[in-house]
Amino acid sequence: MSGARTNTLATLRGSIERIESHGDTYRPDRVALGHADADATLQGGLALGAMHEVFAAGRHSAAATGFVTGLMGRAAARRPLVWIRQDFAEIESGALSMSGLAELGLDPRLLVTVRAADVDTALKTAADALACDALGVVVLEVWGEARQLDLVASRKLTLAAQMSGVTGMVLRVAAEPLPSTAETRWIVRAAHSPPSAQPGSAWGAPVFDAQLVRNRHGPVGRWIMEWKCDECLFAKPAAVPQPVAAAPAHRPYQTPARARRAG
Amino acid sequence: MPLANARAICPHLTVFDADAAADAKALNDIADWCDRFTPLVALDSPHGLFLDITGCAHLFGGEAVMMRLLCDVLTAQGFAVSAAIAGTSVCARTMTRHVHGRIVRDGEEADAVRPLPVSALGTEDAITRGLRRAGLKTIGDVACRERHEITARFGAGFTTLLEHALGQGDAPISPRKPLPDYIVEKRFAEPIATEGVISVTLSRLAEMLVGAMGQQGKGARRLEACFFRTDGAVRAIAVDTGQPVTRADMIDRLFRERLEALNDPLDPGFGFDLIRLSASRTEIVVQQQRDLDANVHDNDELAALIDRIAARIGGQRVVVHLPQDTHIPERAVQAVSAQHHLAAAAQAAWPARVEEEPPLRPLRLFERPEPIKVPFATVPDGPPHHFTWRRATHAVVRVEGPERIAMEWWRRNGQALTRDYFRVEDAAGLRFWIYRDGLYGSELVTGKGEPAPSNWFVHGLFA
Repeated sequence: MSGARTNTLATLRGSIERIESHGDTYRPDRVALGHADADATLQGGLALGAMHEVFAAGRHSAAATGFVTGLMGRAAARRPLVWIRQDFAEIESGALSMSGLAELGLDPRLLVTVRAADVDTALKTAADALACDALGVVVLEVWGEARQLDLVASRKLTLAAQMSGVTGMVLRVAAEPLPSTAETRWIVRAAHSPPSAQPGSAWGAPVFDAQLVRNRHGPVGRWIMEWKCDECLFAKPAAVPQPVAAAPAHRPYQTPARARRAG
Repeated sequence: MPLANARAICPHLTVFDADAAADAKALNDIADWCDRFTPLVALDSPHGLFLDITGCAHLFGGEAVMMRLLCDVLTAQGFAVSAAIAGTSVCARTMTRHVHGRIVRDGEEADAVRPLPVSALGTEDAITRGLRRAGLKTIGDVACRERHEITARFGAGFTTLLEHALGQGDAPISPRKPLPDYIVEKRFAEPIATEGVISVTLSRLAEMLVGAMGQQGKGARRLEACFFRTDGAVRAIAVDTGQPVTRADMIDRLFRERLEALNDPLDPGFGFDLIRLSASRTEIVVQQQRDLDANVHDNDELAALIDRIAARIGGQRVVVHLPQDTHIPERAVQAVSAQHHLAAAAQAAWPARVEEEPPLRPLRLFERPEPIKVPFATVPDGPPHHFTWRRATHAVVRVEGPERIAMEWWRRNGQALTRDYFRVEDAAGLRFWIYRDGLYGSELVTGKGEPAPSNWFVHGLFA
């Protein structure tokens, strides 16, 4: 092999190494969710400047929205929020209500909504918004299966989020998880709201059955989480009214999925 | 002339129906093209155009050269043109009706129009006929008469028209577009068609525009780029901004976004020979000392981002929300354009939530409440045990309510029924906000005075 070729090869190898190492050396800031077990699994909390995916299980689109709203509330730190959604999502699962947002303890004044006509526009807008470091969180809401939201698109969003430090969240309704470069992926269901501690006060606190199905830097798990509207954090519900199906919180990291199900 | 007579003169006559809409469109297109000569172009329907060329003629080598240029191009396109230049618009129009290519010097209007027949004034047929019957064949004949005689017979409107034609006073023209505050343009000896040259031209124009605005401390709120094609077609692309723009690179970027997102891309055809950039709305910019306050910087960045997104997908698609003073859930929030109301939205006072209470309003609200099927309720005005929504049956396990919301009787659509809202949770843990339309027994009665069955709707979903 001639010297020039060896040289070129070495350069190329070097650049590949640099590209690959970027992801590993990347140590994001984290914000605690408030739920002790989940925070322990996530090694301190939700990574900022990364992408997170939240899938709604079946008809639980509102629960998934609530969960995203909670994550958004934790990650935003009083910075402006951008919520990008498809027109179709609003017809199908209802518009994001500002009164509802305020009831969950978030500030509607910080929210800018972008109504994108289709997925392509929404993706482009999301990439643009993620590049703007004045923002706290960018949420991309996509309804249904979206072919455009592939590995390449996901990588683009992740890079944009890492560069700017803006946290990106993708809310998917009526969709199956596909491979992506997201930091975490959650599947969210609604859980029964706990009976209130003092008699006479109402039920109805937002409680989620959140299943962490992907975690790039740690194990996965499943927890019942309650969003505390007043304190603006997640917590364990006072009493879980229904038994949780075999909480797989302490499974070893990277155990094959099939084995897990068998256990 | 009746068609039969025309056919007798010319047997091979081809007949078309008049298409007023197409004519108006053609006239509009010609007016677009005429924008290259002056920004003040007015339509004189059905087949005339006024161009206010005050201060523009020297750019084209004088009035005569300009008129020849304009007429030659239009003739080459297959139009029959008759043009005139005069001190008043009415005088010029009168000239075009009878002679082509006259330039009337200032003060010579009366002499120029006197020999023309009265029909050249273009007034109503009845007046023209009346004048002719009175033996007043030319405008000069009419002008010799006392004004009050003419007014008494034909009305004040005609007298005014006559005076304007004679150069005594002038009627203002109403231009199609308001005059932009700043205009910069670039003409090309050789038409350009490539994207690269277009974008370079736009950025140069942006620099020139910013320079011109900067001298007077202005920033642009609305920008318009006009692309004049060699074949006469003109494409105008406008960009609105939320904050006055004072940087050329920002203008450049906004137009790049806008051009990329066009549904029907810019078609250069045989090339553009003139590109014009104008600031049609400007504002005085207060130059601020940039301090270390991160908030100011963040707000600017956010506003710039909103402008960019709006340039691509349209300003009405980027919204912020303002609270409204009403109890009706669907009207409690108004979505307004983020470009124009960002500051107002940041100051808005939202009703505070009740501490220690679960959310009382759903996170997701349907724009139109969706009807649900309720087989029965235990008590007529109580909550349901089961309901069917979107072809799935939900068994209610928890209920909270009712929360009664009456419609606003002082509004036009305030006659709607009172709603009883319930928060319900089903066996799967889904939380709904459902309501019954109408009060049982009082609002919901049949013609015979018996209670009527009620309609139920799901209005929102709780997290």
